[in-house]
Order: sequence, then C-alpha cells, then structure tokens
Amino acid sequence: MLKLENVSKIYKGGKKAVNHVSLEIEKGEFICFIGPSGCGKTTTMKMINRLIEPSEGAIYINGKNIMEKDPVELRREIGYVIQQIGLFPHMTILENITLVPKLLKWKEEDKLVRAKELLKLVDMGEEYFNRYPHELSGGQQQRIGVLRALASNPPLILMDEPFGALDPITRDSLQEEFKHLQRTLDKTIVFVTHDMDEAIKLADRIVILKAGKIVQVDTPDEILRHPANEFVEEFIGKDRLLQTRPNVELVKQMMNRSPISITEEKTLQEAITLMRDKRVDSLLVVDEMNVLRGFVDIETISEFRKKATLISEVVNREVFSVKEDTLIRDVVQRILKRGFKYVPVVDEHQRLVGIMTRASLVDIVYDSLWGEENTMTTESV
Amino acid sequence: MFTDFLKTNGPELLIKAWEHLYISLIAVLLGILVAVPLGILLTRMKRSAPVLIGAVNILQTLPSLAILAFFIPFLGVGKVPAIIALFFYSVLPILRNTYIGIKGINENLLEAGRGIGMTSWERIRFVEFPLALPVIMAGIRTATVYLIGWATLASFIGGGGLGDYIFTGLNLYQEEYIIAGAVPAIIMAIFVDFFLARVEGKVVPRGLKGTKQAV
Repeated sequence: MLKLENVSKIYKGGKKAVNHVSLEIEKGEFICFIGPSGCGKTTTMKMINRLIEPSEGAIYINGKNIMEKDPVELRREIGYVIQQIGLFPHMTILENITLVPKLLKWKEEDKLVRAKELLKLVDMGEEYFNRYPHELSGGQQQRIGVLRALASNPPLILMDEPFGALDPITRDSLQEEFKHLQRTLDKTIVFVTHDMDEAIKLADRIVILKAGKIVQVDTPDEILRHPANEFVEEFIGKDRLLQTRPNVELVKQMMNRSPISITEEKTLQEAITLMRDKRVDSLLVVDEMNVLRGFVDIETISEFRKKATLISEVVNREVFSVKEDTLIRDVVQRILKRGFKYVPVVDEHQRLVGIMTRASLVDIVYDSLWGEENTMTTESV
Repeated sequence: MFTDFLKTNGPELLIKAWEHLYISLIAVLLGILVAVPLGILLTRMKRSAPVLIGAVNILQTLPSLAILAFFIPFLGVGKVPAIIALFFYSVLPILRNTYIGIKGINENLLEAGRGIGMTSWERIRFVEFPLALPVIMAGIRTATVYLIGWATLASFIGGGGLGDYIFTGLNLYQEEYIIAGAVPAIIMAIFVDFFLARVEGKVVPRGLKGTKQAV
C-alpha cells in the first residue's frame, strides 16, 4: 500500500535528516515511527504527504509515485492528525470535522450525514456540532482531531504524536479507543511517537529510527524479545524487557480463577458475611449469567447500610475490566498507572472469569527475579 | 450665542458634517481594499516585507499638510485629492495590523491547514483571514478615527468638511465656528468607532471570543 524506497532528506548545509530509508507498509497495518528527538521520524512521516519534499528516493502509494501527484490532491486523500490537536478555533466542531469534505466540495447534506456518523464513532452526540473547540476537554478535542482526519474516509492516515499533549489517563483511554477504531475501519496508519508504551500498545510493527536511519522494524513482541542492538535495548528500557517473559503472556495464564462475586439481588448483610468469610474488602457484582455488572466495596456498604438493603442499590457500575486474552504487560501498565488494586477479567461476552490483583503482579515479579535477580528489584512494583 | 449660530448655519453644518464623514469613509474604504490584500501579500514575502513596512512607515511620518499640498500639482484641488491624501494615511495602520495579525497565527494551525490539503488561497480564506480578523479590525478602527481627525485638513485644499468651520474660525477669531467644526468631528469619531466595534463583534468568529490567548 505504501512503499518508501531509499528516501533521504538532506537540508541545506548537508545535514541528513533522513538517510536512505526503505520501508514497505501493508494495507491495514498500524505502523509506529519511534526514536529520540531529531531521529527523523516526523520528517519521514511528513514526506509521505509532501509537507516535506524528499531529496532522494521515491515514495509510492498503491504503486503510484507521489511526486507525480498534485500535493494538494495528495493531502486530501491522506488523513492527517497533528500534534497539539490543531483544530481551528474559529470553526465549530461541525465545521472542523467536515473541512476536508468541504474542500472536496461535497454536498451539504452528505457532509451532515458524514459528521453524524463520525461523532457516533467516538460516542459523542450531535449536541457538540455547534460548540467551539475551546469549549471541549483536551481528550474530546483530540477525538475531533482524529475524526477530521477520518472525514473523507481516506485509506491512509498520518498521525504526528497526536496524544502527546494529553494527561496519562485520557491518553490511555484514547489509545484504546483509537486502536479499536483502526481495527474496525481497517485503516493504514503511520503514527509518530516518542513514547515506547504507546508504540507497543498500538503498533502492528514498530520502526525504530536513529539519526535518520532505520535501526529495527518489527512487531512489538519481536522487538521486545530480540532487540537488534544495544541502542534498541536501551530505548525500550530494561524493565519493559522483563515484562515479556515468553511463557506468561496472556492475562488468563496468570489470573486468579476464583474471583469473589455476588449477585445484585442479595442483601448488604449477605455481602458483609461473604466479605468476612473470604477476607476481602470488595466484591464483584454479576448477574445470573455471570456477566460483570459492577462492584461494591466495604466503604460504600458501610456508608449506605442504613439507607439501602440490596446490592443493586449501591453497586458501583464504573468498573474497569480486561479481556482474558489481553497481554499481561498491558494490564500491568494499567494497574500501575491508574493505581487499581485489582482488575476483573472477562471473556468476550463480558462474563466474569477471573481477577488480576496486585498479588498476581507480585507473582510475576518473583518469577522474573528468579531469572534475572541482579537487574530488578521489587521497588519497581 | 451658539444657538444663534445653529439657527443660521444649522443646515449647512449638517452638509459639512456629511461631507466630512464621506471623505473619511471613502478614504478608509480604499485603504482597506488596498492594505488588507497587500498585508496578506507581505506575509508571503519573507525578505522584502520588513523593507516595505519600513517604507510605508516613512510615508506615514510625512506631515499631512505637506501631502495634501503635494497632490495639488497633480490632482488639483477639491475632494478627490483630499480623499487620495487621506487614503495614504489609512494604509499603514491597516497594513501593519494585517501583517502582524497573520504572522501571529499559530504555526500548528497553518500546518494543519496544509496537511489536510488546503490550497494557498483556501488557507487565506478559511484560516488566516478569519483568525487575523480581530487584529485587522483593530487596525481599521484606528485608521478610521485618525482619518476623521485629519479630514479637517481637507478644507485646506478645497475638500470641504468640518475643517471649513475650523479654519474660518481661526481666520476670523470666531470661537463658535471653531467649536462648530471641532465638536461634531469628535462626536463623529466616537460614534464611528462605536459602530465599528459593533461590526467587529458581528464579523469576528464566535469561537475566538472565548479564547484567552491572542491568535
């Protein structure tokens, strides 16, 4: 779908920002360019839509040399999401989203239909149409930034550190959301980042660059298991290498298979008895099909003891869960980053099958220590 | 005393005021038509822009009376040379503000525009001009208020306007004439500025008003 052939960018004065880069990208692939600042990742990406003209080499999209195309037309066929959001402050959300269709001279009603579809993709309602960017939160703004790139349904999207300006929690959920979106829409994505966590989480293949040259191109797993050289190893970081132990990869291999759960129609008194018996301070709430509904903890129960009698009245429905075939390392990241004490594990029908607790993490760490005692201490938990 | 003056000169005062107003407004309008496109053009010329702005700056420092007199050999006397001379004065504030307004736009937004495939013209129309509009409008307001003041000098070269009263008053030592020329000019400047502020409120995109950072 996209092919870079011996591409170089030489600036005046002979500085080589990009040095003979060759790369082939398949349709539907999610590619992350990563490297230290000044490594040429952004330059390489910007050459794909000719915001920067390559000095040498050729770039082909579906077999066609992009240098033979009008740059304006080329850019309209490629989605572009900029660092720092880049929404136009003087345009409403509707105007921002439908900008590319407007440049392509779509009919008014087509634009409106498309805008509605797009907002639905990110679970935002039509009430946002007439708002202005500054009235939205950072996360919402960047969602709109992504939608603007998707508007004319381009097969290829370039993204320049799009989530860099967001706080870690918003970034985390946006990454999740976006990865899902990319899979469903089957887009080819070239994504520039300097955040290895982000690259590992999102990419099908990671391209590691250093001083304008490609150091390694591989799947996240391969890169973690077989870093090409010391530079890559250092760039990924030692603790991350430990998270990829080959025999334990999926959540279902490490989770506790007997989570303590209760159904909604039980009384608070029963919940307290269960907690005391099992020596836990919170219970997962499921329905009769064992589908996860929420959780209750001891604080909530003692707070509502006088006012409520049934679990269903006090259950906290904002429960974060993971699928059983999630990679361990993603869950570890989340437990540590968001400070969860535990994460319930569900199958594809949202049925509760297990739980990952901090204790399970400690097990993983101990396993790692067994092998590499000298490189890791328990402090990193 | 002043009521007597109004009794005899009232209708004439209105005519003079009207002359004054349209001389100034036509000059400003011409100034906008020339200075805004020129200002945008200057933002496209990295090297020559400072030189050109400097040149216009110098033009601005020429005494206004000298400019008015300067045009007499070419254009004679009357309203046309007065308007042309005033037009020269309106160019600089508008030109400078257009240039600064567009130069001050966040680079990221321009790149976003380019990146999603806007042509140079589309970037001016959809991004640069609307975003620079508050600053351009400020320039237009400054220019208009100046010109209403300077338009009193048009009287010197037979351009008419409220300046006629002021100069008559000076020549004949008649206070009421001076007041009859100066006070309406001041009131006119205040009213026009107020009106332009309303226009600014209408044309400046709503999304820019809530933002604290200047664009």
